[in-house]
Amino acid sequence: MGKALQNEAMNIDVQTMIENKRKKKSVSGKLEKLIPAFLFLCAAVSVLTTAGILFTLLRESITFFSNTSIIDFYTGTQWSPWTGHFGVLPLITGTLLITLIAAIVAIPLGLMSAIFLSEYASDRVRKIIKPTLEVLAGIPTVVYGFFALTFVTPLLKTFIPGLGIFNALSAGIVVGIMIIPMIASLSEDAMNSVPNKLREGALALGATRLEVALKVVLPAAFSGIVASIVLAVSRAIGETMIVVIAAGASPALTFDPTRSIQTLTAFIVQGATGDTTFGSTIYYSIYAVGATLFVFTLLMNMLSQYISSKFREEY
Amino acid sequence: MLGIDQKNILKRIRGRVLLNNVLKGLFFASTTIGLIFLALLLYRILTQGIGYLNSGFITSFPAPYPEEAGIFAGLIGSLLMIAIVAPVAIILGVGTAIFLEEYAYKNRWTKFIQINIQNLAGVPSIVYGLLGLTFFVYMLRLGYTLLAGGLTMSLLVLPVIVVAAQEAIRSVPSDIKEASYGMGASKWQTIRRVILPAALPGILTGTILALSRAIGETAPLIIVGAATALYTLPDSLLSKYTVMPIQIFNWTGRPQEEWQFVAAAGILVLLIVLLFMNAIAVFIRNKFQKRY
Repeated sequence: MGKALQNEAMNIDVQTMIENKRKKKSVSGKLEKLIPAFLFLCAAVSVLTTAGILFTLLRESITFFSNTSIIDFYTGTQWSPWTGHFGVLPLITGTLLITLIAAIVAIPLGLMSAIFLSEYASDRVRKIIKPTLEVLAGIPTVVYGFFALTFVTPLLKTFIPGLGIFNALSAGIVVGIMIIPMIASLSEDAMNSVPNKLREGALALGATRLEVALKVVLPAAFSGIVASIVLAVSRAIGETMIVVIAAGASPALTFDPTRSIQTLTAFIVQGATGDTTFGSTIYYSIYAVGATLFVFTLLMNMLSQYISSKFREEY
Repeated sequence: MLGIDQKNILKRIRGRVLLNNVLKGLFFASTTIGLIFLALLLYRILTQGIGYLNSGFITSFPAPYPEEAGIFAGLIGSLLMIAIVAPVAIILGVGTAIFLEEYAYKNRWTKFIQINIQNLAGVPSIVYGLLGLTFFVYMLRLGYTLLAGGLTMSLLVLPVIVVAAQEAIRSVPSDIKEASYGMGASKWQTIRRVILPAALPGILTGTILALSRAIGETAPLIIVGAATALYTLPDSLLSKYTVMPIQIFNWTGRPQEEWQFVAAAGILVLLIVLLFMNAIAVFIRNKFQKRY
């Protein structure tokens, strides 16, 4: 009698256990199906972000161009939105000037740093210097802007007396310093991935380290190096705070680096912070400028990806 | 002797070796320029800001006089910003990474999403500001609020987190995945209990670095309307807010020299927070990084 009861209890137990197991399985089975759907939604957000950026820039730019002729916008040489002159060329030359100065600073310094780190430095030295250089990339741009305005400009003024408080030169140099680690680090990665047997072959033929670096490693890592430079230049085009703080806000169709200028990015900040009301022409103009900027940087980024995938040398 | 001009060859070798040594010096000098600049920047900001950096500066609101101004509202604002960005960006970013690495078929669509993320990483931050202004501020009618700023920043750092998480997940060796499947675990069980724990240090490191980028960003928040002077703390997601970089930017723009020292003190606080976050990232990487 007692035994039968025990058996029954056990039976129930096993039955509930099986049922529980089944329930659990159906829950986890559902989870197994739901999770990929949820993860897909997460991945969709990044696509939607791109779509959102394109849609936003396009829609507001089209509204802008329904009032202002697109030809006048891209050929006009006077940018003074508050008096109704929307010629974007001064902003474009301002951006190009800053980018040019930054490139003149960053490309030689970045490349030479990369050659030093990859071809001359010992492992220990590289392990110290590379992360330290990368700290430069982690410093907020507002800090660079502050430094450009309060240190670099006064310093340059001792050499160039005619320099204004706000000028393209100081901002451009500091933007250049900011993108050095990008060129140095990515180029060094590219040079590091050149197999050692190429170096050793050249050294065995009697080449000096310099000849190995310039005639063997550099050509072999060329695509990676160019890609890193293009990427860094794209970063310089999109740089905002340094230019806003140190280069001033006077759009000018000039390539004189001692003058104050305005870039595409700097105008967007100015246009968004002023008394710009939603729906005014100036409000829409910041989107037209933003779209122009977006196209510039997108082209550069795609060029960089194209170069690094197309001209990659495989060993 | 057989027409080999030994003297000339030796001379040329000497020249080549000399050139090598000279350029080696030049390369080294170029490398140090970046380092010197970094040292100079830190030194200048330290000497300018240290005088204004005291407990009053950290606990005070902005004030019309430099001696009384403080970064309290900015510091709290930046921390609140992180409190919004971290959960949103981590869930979306890690979710995207798991989807791309573990679930998605390797077809054209996946490649499209991948390229799309790469391109998003290269979009200037100010363009995200424009997106946030149209979408969050005006279309969703969030206005110039903490939530609008936080969501904009989340989208900004999303690609960085996705790429870091993808690399971390990819570096989990397939042996332990297959061992998990072999034990009868389902796909999601394997991801949750095997892959994610193994990839966690890499994911966290990348995430912290992405968040420290969010803390330092200024431009997009200017566009989506962070306040420059705020005398109360935000009390809800729909409050006005300010962050440290915006305060620093505001002080930098004032003509009197004293404000530069205030700005430098603000930069010091910002850099200390960044240093702290990076130290955590390095700690996690060294402490929890397992080798398989």
